[in-house]
Amino acid sequence: MTRVSGPMNRRAAGTLGGYGEHGVWQRRAAGLRRLDWMLVLTVLALSVGGAFLVRSATFQILTDQGQDPEGLLKRHVLNLLIGFGLGGLVTVLDYRLLRAYVPILYGLACAGLLAVLTPLGSTINGSHSWIVIGGGFQVQPSEFAKVGLVVLLAMLLGEPRDGEVGPGRRDVLLALALAGLPAALIMLQPDLGTTLVFTAVVLGMLAVSGARKRWLAGLVGGGLLTAFAVWFFGLLKQYQIDRFTAFMDPSADPRGAGYNAQQARIAIGSGNLFGKGLFQGEQTGGHFVPEQQTDFIFTVAGEELGFVGAAVIIVLLGLVMWRGLRIASQAADLFGTLVATGVVCWLAFQTFENIGMTVGIMPITGLPLPFVSYGGSATFANMIAFGLLQAVHVRRRTFD
Amino acid sequence: MNSRTHFRLVVLYVLVAALLLVLAGRLWTMQVLDGRHYRQVAADNRTRDIVVPAVRGVILDDQGRLLVRNRTALVVSVDRTTLSRQKDGGKAVLGRLALVLGTGYDDLSKKIRLCGPGIQRPCWPGSPYQPIPVDDRVSAKRALQIMERQEDFPGVTAAVQAVREYPRPEGASAAQALGYLQPITQAELDQRKGLKVTGYSGVDLIGRDGLEATYDAELRGEPGLRKVVVDSQGRVTGTARDRPPTPGGNLVTSIDAGVQGAAEKALESAIKDARTRGRKADAGSAVVMDVQTGRLVAMASYPSYDPSIWTGGISQDEYDALLGKKKGEPLISRVTQGQFAPGSTFKVSSVAAAVGDGYDLHGTYPCPGSFNVGSRAFKNFEGQAHGQMDLHRALVVSCDTIFYKFAYEQWLRDGGTKPKKKPSDPMVAMARQWGFGSRSGIDLPGETTGRIPDRGWKRSYWNATRKAACKGAKDGHPDIARTDPARAAYLKAIDSENCAEGYLWRAGDAANLSVGQGDVLVTPLQLTRAYAAVANGGRLVVPRVGTAIARPDGSVARRIEPPEAKRLPVDPKVLAYIRGGLAGVPKSGTAAGAFRGFDFGKVAVAGKTGTAEVYGKDDTSWFASFAPAGKPRYAVVAMISQGGTGGESAAPAVREIYEAMYGLKGKKPMLKDGRLPAAPPGQPAVAGPPGQPAVAGPPGQPGVAGAAP
Repeated sequence: MTRVSGPMNRRAAGTLGGYGEHGVWQRRAAGLRRLDWMLVLTVLALSVGGAFLVRSATFQILTDQGQDPEGLLKRHVLNLLIGFGLGGLVTVLDYRLLRAYVPILYGLACAGLLAVLTPLGSTINGSHSWIVIGGGFQVQPSEFAKVGLVVLLAMLLGEPRDGEVGPGRRDVLLALALAGLPAALIMLQPDLGTTLVFTAVVLGMLAVSGARKRWLAGLVGGGLLTAFAVWFFGLLKQYQIDRFTAFMDPSADPRGAGYNAQQARIAIGSGNLFGKGLFQGEQTGGHFVPEQQTDFIFTVAGEELGFVGAAVIIVLLGLVMWRGLRIASQAADLFGTLVATGVVCWLAFQTFENIGMTVGIMPITGLPLPFVSYGGSATFANMIAFGLLQAVHVRRRTFD
Repeated sequence: MNSRTHFRLVVLYVLVAALLLVLAGRLWTMQVLDGRHYRQVAADNRTRDIVVPAVRGVILDDQGRLLVRNRTALVVSVDRTTLSRQKDGGKAVLGRLALVLGTGYDDLSKKIRLCGPGIQRPCWPGSPYQPIPVDDRVSAKRALQIMERQEDFPGVTAAVQAVREYPRPEGASAAQALGYLQPITQAELDQRKGLKVTGYSGVDLIGRDGLEATYDAELRGEPGLRKVVVDSQGRVTGTARDRPPTPGGNLVTSIDAGVQGAAEKALESAIKDARTRGRKADAGSAVVMDVQTGRLVAMASYPSYDPSIWTGGISQDEYDALLGKKKGEPLISRVTQGQFAPGSTFKVSSVAAAVGDGYDLHGTYPCPGSFNVGSRAFKNFEGQAHGQMDLHRALVVSCDTIFYKFAYEQWLRDGGTKPKKKPSDPMVAMARQWGFGSRSGIDLPGETTGRIPDRGWKRSYWNATRKAACKGAKDGHPDIARTDPARAAYLKAIDSENCAEGYLWRAGDAANLSVGQGDVLVTPLQLTRAYAAVANGGRLVVPRVGTAIARPDGSVARRIEPPEAKRLPVDPKVLAYIRGGLAGVPKSGTAAGAFRGFDFGKVAVAGKTGTAEVYGKDDTSWFASFAPAGKPRYAVVAMISQGGTGGESAAPAVREIYEAMYGLKGKKPMLKDGRLPAAPPGQPAVAGPPGQPAVAGPPGQPGVAGAAP
């Protein structure tokens, strides 16, 4: 690798290596200029748009309940601000130092997931994935586990290798074993959606790390086999089976599991090309779609902003993926590439699953729409992921 | 970065782009291509149609007195659909409801089961999707108990509804004429366009009989439709569209409650009197008709019943006990549905037929005690011989043999047992012209035709009964022969005659027809109409009960005009002659006993008795009349089944009705100057359910209500 010299590059080199003649914070501030500003603006646009949608989804029901109509919106904005703070913090951190903290992060994630299974955990919407802290705050450890997984896999599969194109057998097996533990814990909650995200992240990161095709094929085959076994041995909860059958035919039981799917489709479909106008959605106003500010936020966009607005959201999310993959390909090292890849796989799968379930092409699982849905843990986790992308980008290779 | 990683990143690019394109494509399909469909579904999703029942119109008499009105009642209804969704099929809910209503669980569950083959009442004959009323006399306290604990009573509603009530002004019931309401059936509901019945706590009732059925469409009104916007919990958040119900029109009838009450009372007392004389007197009817217009002033049928038993459902036991055969089937209106041999009252038609056939109206004819029709001797009533007489006297003393002679001679002219190609059958033809044997066209459902037997009828009847007759002719009647060999031999002879030539129109058939016997059957209404035609100079009016439909504000929506009256093919002079004959009957004829002491100076009654023999039963007692004889206004006809002679049972009933109408024997007259008073202006308001405007009575315009001149 050769480096082109120049003032910009020298500064970059300084950031990459040790800390030169200037002060640490000055250098880090200078690094701001190397941020992916397009990504920043995209995420900002999604967050602001999401906040409007959250207000639309909640003000009517809060008014009906005699509460502050903007109550949830205010909390969401606060969550976003904290999230951006977290993202910024992750950005300025040297991501390569993360490697040192991976065991701690991993341990924390597993501990959190374990705690959920103890009496500390609580059940919200049929999913036992929350720890209620008190004062109206609750934490969903599985969201942070996604971050942990990405960093863990990046460390295991991104080890500098000599001569080998991809990770060795030991690396892959270790990665699978270590990823399997939190995945199993999440499956026990049960949280099918997050488990699927894990699968997507593992597959994507293994692929990009250069693992042999037979590993990938084996993983896909094993996944299918597991799915079959789960179905065959009746390991799924009744509500999950209901959701799957409801996915196949939402009108079968409109007041039961199929109700969500059907109402979501009605809300989106009735939006037509230009929508009914922000805050004007009749299905949204009558809160026909359950969980509308979180998992079904996209239905608000579909109904009130129509195809045009919904497409803009998809384009913005697409921009996030594109910038993420661009960051992956420009990363200074394989570790950075894998971190960015992991984040993109996570966000891409979650986006597809979330929007897919609202338009009836995916079964219903409890996954929020990245950067748009109302949420605490999810927002924080998404922003940390966003910070990771920026961190990799700031320390990118400077040629291409 | 090695090339494999680079390549796989590119694959990831493509994969992500593909996934997002799939989403966008799906969105395009849903929102743009199928957008219209989803809009519609969303609208249905968001709104509920609530049918607001219209207040049914009331039924009034000619002076605005309420024959049927609405009472507001708290009605508890049960929705089968909601109940069946309960885990135990609603058993617990019904149990709790039974406790609150103070009935048994079994009673309730029977009331809400659906009627069908093999299921006895109580059961629900209406639509299964309609809430089923289980109690319409709930106290407000109990209704509150149910409404406040909706979680304990899913599918149970308590709502204010209008329920039919029968105030019986002047003691007038007119139950069979008014008819009754029953829940609408699913089939009928399907026919009614565009009425999606959701959230409708009302009972959709439909007129099943009487005026309620005939004028159902106008009485029912138009139910309102409220389209409400609901949220996901079904809570109403607003009203999208509100079409208020149009209350039903009020039906003004020509029934006069005073006369109706008097007729019912006269009929009942005549029947009770007949029973004290040992008559069976199982049924009867009394009709008062305006002879000029055909409007019915009173129509009483015995036995009767209280129509309020229909509200809130009726059990099989109640049905059997109140409306069954044992009680004489009080639902059957003897006026329009009773068919009886008319006896001598029929002679008005026969006189006209004889004169029309060439017999001299003013001639004299012999009235022997018995007249040989072919080989059989046909006797006068009790075999009395009266010597030579004119037709006037023939009517007054009710001579039969004169009519036998006419009928026999006509029959012979038609060829006897070997009939001409086109026999004229003047008596049959005339009877048909008088409206016998066909429906009068009254505005009441279920009217029967009666029967005028003729050659065609004889043949079809013979075809239907030949087998039995031939069997009787062959085997005789061994069971009867054991106790009464003479009778068995008689029956055998009749059977063999019927078996061989029962299709023939025999001399005896013609003779029987001439005096309203044999196979002749008429309804009291047909006879009333015939006597009205005699009275009004030959116009065969079409009877009407309804006179007008009034809007709730009192204005006239529609006048109910009787169809054009047909003219009898009878010279008015002949009718005048008949009227003269009939005028003598109550004074000096067969009804003289019944009208002894009657003030003919105040109202000259003309009439004719009838005593119809019925095989195996007591005679049917008839008295058909009109008054005043000189300038007739009303026809009054009474019939008492198994009441004996016309003079002993029916005539006194008619006399009592006249006395009430004209205020004789110290009674207050119901008629002023021989007329019913016109409806007074300003009718009592009829209270609807709360929230509904009061329903005003009919207009006080002269000529709308009340008898026409």
